[in-house]
Amino acid sequence: MTSTPSRPNLPAIAGLAVWVGLLVWFSFWMGHQAFSWLPVQASSAAPLVDGLFSFETAVATFVFAGVVSVMAWVMLFNRAAKYDISDAEPIEGNTKLEIIWTVIPLLLVMGIAYYTIDVNRQIGLIGPMDHVHGDRLASDQQPATAAAVAPQAEIEVIARQWSWEFRYPGAAVNSTELHLPLDRRVGLQLRSEDVIHGFYVPAFRLKQQVIPGRSIAFYLTPTREGRYRLRDSEYSGTWFAANQVDVVVQSEADYQDWLRRASRLPLQPGLSDASREYALRQSRTRSSGYATVVPAPPPMVNVPGSNTLPHDG
Amino acid sequence: MTITPFDPGLSAAPTPQPKAPNSWKRYFSFNTDAKVIGIQYIATALIFLLIGGLLAMIMRGELITPEADLVDRTVYNGLYTMHGTIMLFLFMFPVLNGLNNLLIPCMIGAPDMAFPRLNAAAFWLVPVFGVILMASFLVPGGPAASGWWSYPPVSLQNPLGFLINGEALWIVAVALSGVSSIMGAINFVTTILRMRAPGMTLFRMPIFCWTALSAQIIQLIGLPALTGGALMLLFDLVVGTSFYRPEGGGDPVLYQHFFWFYSHPAVYVIILPVFGVFSELFPVYARKPLFGYRFVAMASLVIVALSLVVWVHHMFPSGVPQWMRDLFMVTTMLIAVPTGIKVFAWLATLWGGKLRLNTPMLFALGGLFNFVFAGVTGIMLATVPVDIHVNNTYFVVGHFHYVIYGAATMGVYAAIYHWFPKFTGKMYYEGLGQLHFLLTFIGTNLNFFPMHPLGLMGMPRRVSSYDPEFAFWNVLASLGAFLLGVSIIPFLLNLVSSLVRGKQAPANPWNAIGLEWLLPSPPPAENFEENVPTVISGPYGYGSGLPLVEHQERYPLATDFLATDLLTPQQA
Repeated sequence: MTSTPSRPNLPAIAGLAVWVGLLVWFSFWMGHQAFSWLPVQASSAAPLVDGLFSFETAVATFVFAGVVSVMAWVMLFNRAAKYDISDAEPIEGNTKLEIIWTVIPLLLVMGIAYYTIDVNRQIGLIGPMDHVHGDRLASDQQPATAAAVAPQAEIEVIARQWSWEFRYPGAAVNSTELHLPLDRRVGLQLRSEDVIHGFYVPAFRLKQQVIPGRSIAFYLTPTREGRYRLRDSEYSGTWFAANQVDVVVQSEADYQDWLRRASRLPLQPGLSDASREYALRQSRTRSSGYATVVPAPPPMVNVPGSNTLPHDG
Repeated sequence: MTITPFDPGLSAAPTPQPKAPNSWKRYFSFNTDAKVIGIQYIATALIFLLIGGLLAMIMRGELITPEADLVDRTVYNGLYTMHGTIMLFLFMFPVLNGLNNLLIPCMIGAPDMAFPRLNAAAFWLVPVFGVILMASFLVPGGPAASGWWSYPPVSLQNPLGFLINGEALWIVAVALSGVSSIMGAINFVTTILRMRAPGMTLFRMPIFCWTALSAQIIQLIGLPALTGGALMLLFDLVVGTSFYRPEGGGDPVLYQHFFWFYSHPAVYVIILPVFGVFSELFPVYARKPLFGYRFVAMASLVIVALSLVVWVHHMFPSGVPQWMRDLFMVTTMLIAVPTGIKVFAWLATLWGGKLRLNTPMLFALGGLFNFVFAGVTGIMLATVPVDIHVNNTYFVVGHFHYVIYGAATMGVYAAIYHWFPKFTGKMYYEGLGQLHFLLTFIGTNLNFFPMHPLGLMGMPRRVSSYDPEFAFWNVLASLGAFLLGVSIIPFLLNLVSSLVRGKQAPANPWNAIGLEWLLPSPPPAENFEENVPTVISGPYGYGSGLPLVEHQERYPLATDFLATDLLTPQQA
């Protein structure tokens, strides 16, 4: 402000350039750090999502740090002196600046949008999230039959208040632990028997509402062996928080082996933390809470599995 | 500095100035004075802020450990549902309508609102639906427990089967809130469009009025969708229709469209007036005109238009086709542009100013800081693949609390401190105010920042228990929540003690420009009465020395600003 517009203030420009350089470096560093804030990458979609998030973190860091720099500067150096009650210079605006800070953000957000649409398309290619054409048809005519809609779907996922059931019709196996083969695109057919649930595996970076009255085909490709959490992501009532099970990704051979061994096991009640807690609640003489929907009985399955083992993400 | 000494001979205004009526009873009556209604709104809202905050602290008490151990899960679900509902419908909207009532007539030189009785009726609906909502804690089965979205089918489950249940009362309360807001919106829009002082063209109107106008237009367009959607939900719940019941051929996703068609723009109903507050306060405390006034004014209207076409970004994982996801991502991204115009305008206003960091300015700067943080996480949420991962996780909870608490509530605090002397006639205590700011700013960031890593790690929102790996950040968030609870104490202490024994406020303690600062503090019942000024220049003439109105010297109170009031508020 002290410089006249005609003569460039070289020290100020140099200082600004150094500061912007530091901000750019910091933004890159934050973009790099962003990967470590996310769970392990266990599906083919995860690296794409993480790459986009890392890019956005870098951009966001630059914008936020830039704005905060200006705020810090004015709070440090543009304070009114103690007994100074005069006004500052009456600058009312600058059309050129207005155009610059309209056009640059516009280009920036459209750039991000373009990048995102491309990521959407890639995720769509490796496992289409664009499932609506099929399931619309299904919901109108035959909500439960998956085969008519998506022949590839090999696993039926049934969400209830509050349990997850996984059916492998080809192998005649039912389970409350989702087993998936490594590096192969699997189709899931998502159904709900009561309210809206959310199929969410953070390590896969994928989420889909499971809507009663619809049968939704959902595809994904696991890329890392391990045990991961599947959480209900759409609020579904009293035991919503306890409605989580594990996903086990294993090699194709182990997966087939598991299916074979599971099919020989007798049916038994599957995992349902809600049913267990509900029984405990009923056994108390005094009720400590409000009314609740009674949990659906645990599904009868060959393999209950576990949801208390250590998980990778 | 040019303080014109007041020469009584010049004054055309009757001296002494008419005093505001001074009976506390009017605050408990069906009073039609906008200034009384404004204070009624704000006081009611602050009471509900305490209730909603208490619920939040119980929730954070539950979440300080991974297990569901403090309250029963059903209770937790009721708590978070009521927390959200109270904070939005009984704190945020009423407190903003309170500011609208206080500020709009005074700022545009109107004696009152266009429809004073409608105004009072709109206010009195607030305690009515407040009581209905609170009563739902007492009905068998407990209050609504399906979140403030109240998505069917979970909201239709009514386990006890009674006709009067928490969910039904919740829907009635929300519908009444909608009716009240529509009544308010008709009033604010009419008042701003029809009752401005002579010479006050639209482009001489203070930005707060622009943002209030924009926000109330959203209310008029969006609220009928929500209220209609809520009524259909009520029919599904109590008379067995199946608008949303899949087993009867209904579509639960239809409700999500009705709900978000209003409830996303509702965020702009909240944040636009707060943008208005920032736009009013930065020029006063930086002693500079608002940078690019016309752009800032028009940006509000662009935000209104865009806000009506972004709602599907709340539904990316709901089963919407890819083209819809892409379309609504682009519209959502576009909102960053007018919002950016405002942020840059504020920064340019501050740049090279003469900043005075008193309580209102600190709250405005803190609010801007938090808002920009919320803005950059908002861009992340707009992009579909990242949203799919963090949708319905704590990342979203952190994001919108930065907006609603970090930016909007802090902006409301800034407004309350800034206009407190004007409408109560008393000065607040600067030391307590700054303490309030410090605790609020630290508490907000400590409470809401940890929610972002939690969401990225995959912790869903609305959970009453969680996996142990989330414990660390949850402990921090809970400590922040308790600190925010503590931060209210100096605020209430300040309000009460300055009302009781605060120093008498001058008409214009901040040396601010604006019609409201030409009035005595507190303003008389009819504001300018017969002496409505003729506005001759734009609203932020700081440094230019131009008078705001014709014969400004006849409004003697504009110049009774004393340097000592400003510089040593503690020593008075």
